[in-house]
Amino acid sequence: MFKDIEHLMRLSVVMLLALVLFVVLRAAVVPKSFGQYGHYRGNAIAEIAARPPAFAGHQVCEGCHTDVVDQKKLGRHANVPCEACHGAQGKHADDPASVKPQLPDTAVICARCHEANSAKPKGFPQVVSAAHSGGLACNTCHKPHRPKIEDEPKTASVKPTGGRK
Amino acid sequence: MDITRRRLLVLLPAAAVAWKYIQAGTPEAAPNYKIAEHWWGMLIDIPKCIGCGSCVRACSEENDVPDGYFRTWIERYHVADWKIERPQVTSPDGGKQGFPPAKEVGGKNFFVPKLCNHCEDSPCTQVCPVGATFVTPDGVVLVDKSYCLGCRYCVQACPYGCRFINPKTNTAEKCSLCYHRITKGLTTACCEVCPTGARQLADLKNPKDPIHEFLRTHTVQVLKPHMATGAKVFYNGMDGSVR
Repeated sequence: MFKDIEHLMRLSVVMLLALVLFVVLRAAVVPKSFGQYGHYRGNAIAEIAARPPAFAGHQVCEGCHTDVVDQKKLGRHANVPCEACHGAQGKHADDPASVKPQLPDTAVICARCHEANSAKPKGFPQVVSAAHSGGLACNTCHKPHRPKIEDEPKTASVKPTGGRK
Repeated sequence: MDITRRRLLVLLPAAAVAWKYIQAGTPEAAPNYKIAEHWWGMLIDIPKCIGCGSCVRACSEENDVPDGYFRTWIERYHVADWKIERPQVTSPDGGKQGFPPAKEVGGKNFFVPKLCNHCEDSPCTQVCPVGATFVTPDGVVLVDKSYCLGCRYCVQACPYGCRFINPKTNTAEKCSLCYHRITKGLTTACCEVCPTGARQLADLKNPKDPIHEFLRTHTVQVLKPHMATGAKVFYNGMDGSVR
């Protein structure tokens, strides 16, 4: 029955060797964490999670700048987070002594939110800045942390003539 | 040492347990973060969005997104009264520097922030031939940069256009829902800087998250629900013209 078995044996030895080679190579090449959660490298999750954040988060800012928090509470910017205007301050939060943040330019930063646009929600305070202030920096009259002008002597040379929407 | 049948029967399970430990790999980067206890999504409140572009700028800075590419962007919709199926959509530089005053008269205008929907059954991860992109156990779609070939299958597969090939690394890139932030207890960069609270990170597995109350009491949609992607970015007050 198995009179010509020898060539079958040789073939099976070759196939077995190929199988062993495949298993050894696969074990060497595929990362250890592959398949930990699914068909991907499980360690990739931890690697992506390990990156340092650039934005510190307003809770961190509020830990030190309590005077600003008290000012903001009184006005309509109470819920505007610090880094919305001041930019990413993670480095400043890590090393407040040597990394000093730049003050933002109010003429640019205020207009991004408050420049009139028909797509903005109707109740949102908007101005046409050219008509409202004529290109003057907003902080000439308004304090950004507490923007409403009240109980202050109206000494500003330019009064808003209009442009409100 | 002779290996007897008895000894082999003891050794085999021990070896299996040891092999499991070897496979488990390195520990988590954030030690207090329990991956099985979260299921991340986002809530976008369209009536609150003022199109200021803070989210786009913050995302670029937080994630080092190359100029002209966006992990999140804002679209301005203009819908004429009788053309709800043909909205005019503009997004100059992704809305990064805000939007110029609109020229269109009449109709309705509004902003729609867009980002990866972190689909539960995401089309993009299904087409990846090498396992470089995946849905994590806490529901975030991520890209393993070191595994990605840059074949662009996923870029084509995403029905929301949320992926691009980073020209520096030549690998697929997308919103990671700031995975490096949310695993440390922070919110995403875009939600952190949103001045009106139009964007809210949501943990759907946390029963105390205000998202549950919001979803119960509001009419909320996802983008392209007919594609059954299991999108987890919920839009409140979304017009029917939004694609």
